[in-house]
Amino acid sequence: MSDIILEVKDLCASFSTPEGPVNAVNNLNFTIRAGEAMGVVGESGSGKSQTFLAIMGLLATNGTTTGSAKLLGQELIGLSMDEINKIRGHTMSMIFQDPMTSLNPYLKVSRQLTEVLVQHKGATEKEARVQALHMLDRVGIPEAAKRFDMYPHEFSGGMRQRVMIAMALLCEPALLIADEPTTALDVTVQAQILDLMRELKDEFNTAIVMITHDLGVVAGLCDTVNVMYAGRIVERAPVDFVFDEPRHPYSQGLLASTPRLDEKIHDNELVTISGQPPNLQRLPKGCSFAPRCIHARDRCLGERPALHQALPDRFNACHMEEGWS
Amino acid sequence: MTISDNVLLDVKDLKVHFSIPGRGMFQKARLLKAVDGVSFQVRAGETLGVVGESGCGKSTLGRAVLRLLEPTAGQVAWLGQDMGGMKSETLRNARADLQVIFQDPLASLDPRMTIGQIIAEPLITHKPHLSKEEVKEAVKAIMAKVGLLPDQLNRYPHEFSGGQCQRIGIARAMILEPKLIVCDEAVSALDVSIQAQIVNLLMRLQKEFHLSLIFISHNLSIVRHISNRIMVLYLGRMMELADRDQIYSEPLHPYTKALISAVPIPDPKVERNKEHIALKGDLPSPLSPPSGCVFRTRCPFAKEICATDVPELKVYDGKREAACHFVEG
Repeated sequence: MSDIILEVKDLCASFSTPEGPVNAVNNLNFTIRAGEAMGVVGESGSGKSQTFLAIMGLLATNGTTTGSAKLLGQELIGLSMDEINKIRGHTMSMIFQDPMTSLNPYLKVSRQLTEVLVQHKGATEKEARVQALHMLDRVGIPEAAKRFDMYPHEFSGGMRQRVMIAMALLCEPALLIADEPTTALDVTVQAQILDLMRELKDEFNTAIVMITHDLGVVAGLCDTVNVMYAGRIVERAPVDFVFDEPRHPYSQGLLASTPRLDEKIHDNELVTISGQPPNLQRLPKGCSFAPRCIHARDRCLGERPALHQALPDRFNACHMEEGWS
Repeated sequence: MTISDNVLLDVKDLKVHFSIPGRGMFQKARLLKAVDGVSFQVRAGETLGVVGESGCGKSTLGRAVLRLLEPTAGQVAWLGQDMGGMKSETLRNARADLQVIFQDPLASLDPRMTIGQIIAEPLITHKPHLSKEEVKEAVKAIMAKVGLLPDQLNRYPHEFSGGQCQRIGIARAMILEPKLIVCDEAVSALDVSIQAQIVNLLMRLQKEFHLSLIFISHNLSIVRHISNRIMVLYLGRMMELADRDQIYSEPLHPYTKALISAVPIPDPKVERNKEHIALKGDLPSPLSPPSGCVFRTRCPFAKEICATDVPELKVYDGKREAACHFVEG
C-alpha cells in the first residue's frame, strides 16, 4: 500500500562488549502507516529505544545494525553519514526524554530552529525565522516572539520539550519518533504535551512512534501497540485489544501490575511479575520470558516461540497461543 | 483511630528556606521558600502519602522531618518531644527510629562495601555492644525478610539489579526496627513490574512491624494504593490533606482535581473520553512565587481575591483540610 511510511524487516541491533556480544534487538518486523501512532512499550533493556536509534543511525559506536528499514521506500540501514543526515530532521525526526541535553545550551533557540530549515530546505535566514516562529506559536509557546531569541536555559522543562517538538516538525517529517518525551516532565505538563501530540497527529497526518514505559500514555495516544521484551516483540495488536484482552503473559502481567487511579481501592497486594528483568548476555535458550512466566511449561524453556499471527492484525509470541501443540 | 491517638510525628508550621546567592556583585541574595508553613501528623502504623510536582518541596519536607536539614522555623516533634531542642544523645536515639529510603537504589549504596556491611552499618552505629555474630545473624534475618538471599551477604551492590538494590536499601532502613520510614520516590526509578514487588514488600513490612511510612512520590496511582492519607503540596505549601478515598473521589482543591485528571489511565476507552482539567502554563519559579494563593497563576477558577489574600487551610467535615478561597463546605 502506498501510505506505508516505515517498513522494517528482520531488524537486528547488537553491541560488542568486552564480555561478548549483546543482542539488543532481534529480528523485528513491522510497518507504520501515515497518521498512525504506534506505541512501543517494555521495561528497561527491552530494546525499545535501541530499535529506533538503530533506524535513525544513532547507535553507539560499538553497535551494528542488520536487516532492513525502509522510510518511504528508501533503505536506511547502511547509509553513509552524509546520506542519513539528509533524512534525519527532514523526513524523520526524533525527540528524546531530556530536552535540555538535546538542545545546544550555547545557541539561541531561534538559531537552533532556523538551522534546520536552512540546512534541509535551503530556506533563507529570513524565511526560516518566519516559519520557525510560526511553529513555536503552533506548539503553544506563550509569547513566542518574545522568547524566540532566548537561550534554552531560560525555558522550563515543558517549554523545552515544546521547542524540541517544534524543531522536529519544522520540515513536516513523515515520521516522528518520540522516546519517552514526557517521562521527565510533571504530570500536568505531560498532559499538555500529549494533547499537543494528538493535535499534531491529526493536523499533519504525521506517523508517530511513542516509546514509553507508561501504559497510560499509550492508551491516550496510540492506535497500535508493540510490547517488547528482551529485544523482541512479544505482542502486537490494535490498542484496544492489547488493553482489553492482552494475549501474551508479559502484557497481561504488565497491565495487571499497574495500579489504576480510576479503579476501586482495594487493600490486596498489587499483582507482580516475579523475578527480575532478563540479562541480555545470559538469555535463556527458549522463551526469554519463561523464567518469570506463570504459565511456562517445558516447551517454553527449550524452544523460543515465534511471533505468531493470530488474527490479521494481531501477533503474539507465546506457545500457549498456538495451543501448546 | 482518633486524631490524637498514637501520634508519632507532629509537624507544626514547618518552614525550610534557602538563601540563594545573587548573581553578580550587586544582586541581593534571594530567599527560596522550599517548604513554607506545613503542618501535619503521622500516626503509628499509617502511611502518609506526599504528592506534588517538581519543586513543590516534598523532598525537602522529608529531609527536614529526618533532621537532615535544619528547619528555618516551626516545630517537628517526635513522640511529643521537639527535635529541635533535643540533646545529641536523645536525637541519636530518635534517629534510630526514623529511617529513609532513597530514589536511586544504586547511588545510595556505597560501591566499596559488601551488602552485608551496608545493612549492618546502622546496627553497629546504634548498638555497638552487639557481637559480630549477633550482627551477622540480624543482617541475615532482615535480608530474608526483604526477599534477599542471606548467602549473598558478601556480594557488592553492582552485582544486583535495581529492584534488588532497593531491597538492600529497605533492609538497611529496617534493621533497627524503626517506627517511621521516609520513602523518597522509593519506587520511581524501577520498572513497572518491579515497582509492584517493592510496594507489596513495603506494605507487608508495615503490617508486620506496625511501621509508619511517609511515602513521597509523584506517581499518584502508587501513592493512592499505599497511603491512608494523602497530602498535596504546591510550591512549598499544603493545598490539601485528606483520606485517600476522599482525595480521589471528591477532591476539594482545584490543584488536586487537575493533578488527578492529568494522570493517564491505562485504558484507551477511559483515557480518551475522560474529563480533563487543563492547567495553563508551567510551574512558576519558587524564587518568585505568585502573591496570594501560590496556585492562582495556573488555576482555572482564580478570582481577584486569590491574588491578594493567601487562602487559609480550613478543616472540612471535621477531618480533611484544603487551602482555597472557593471550596464549598
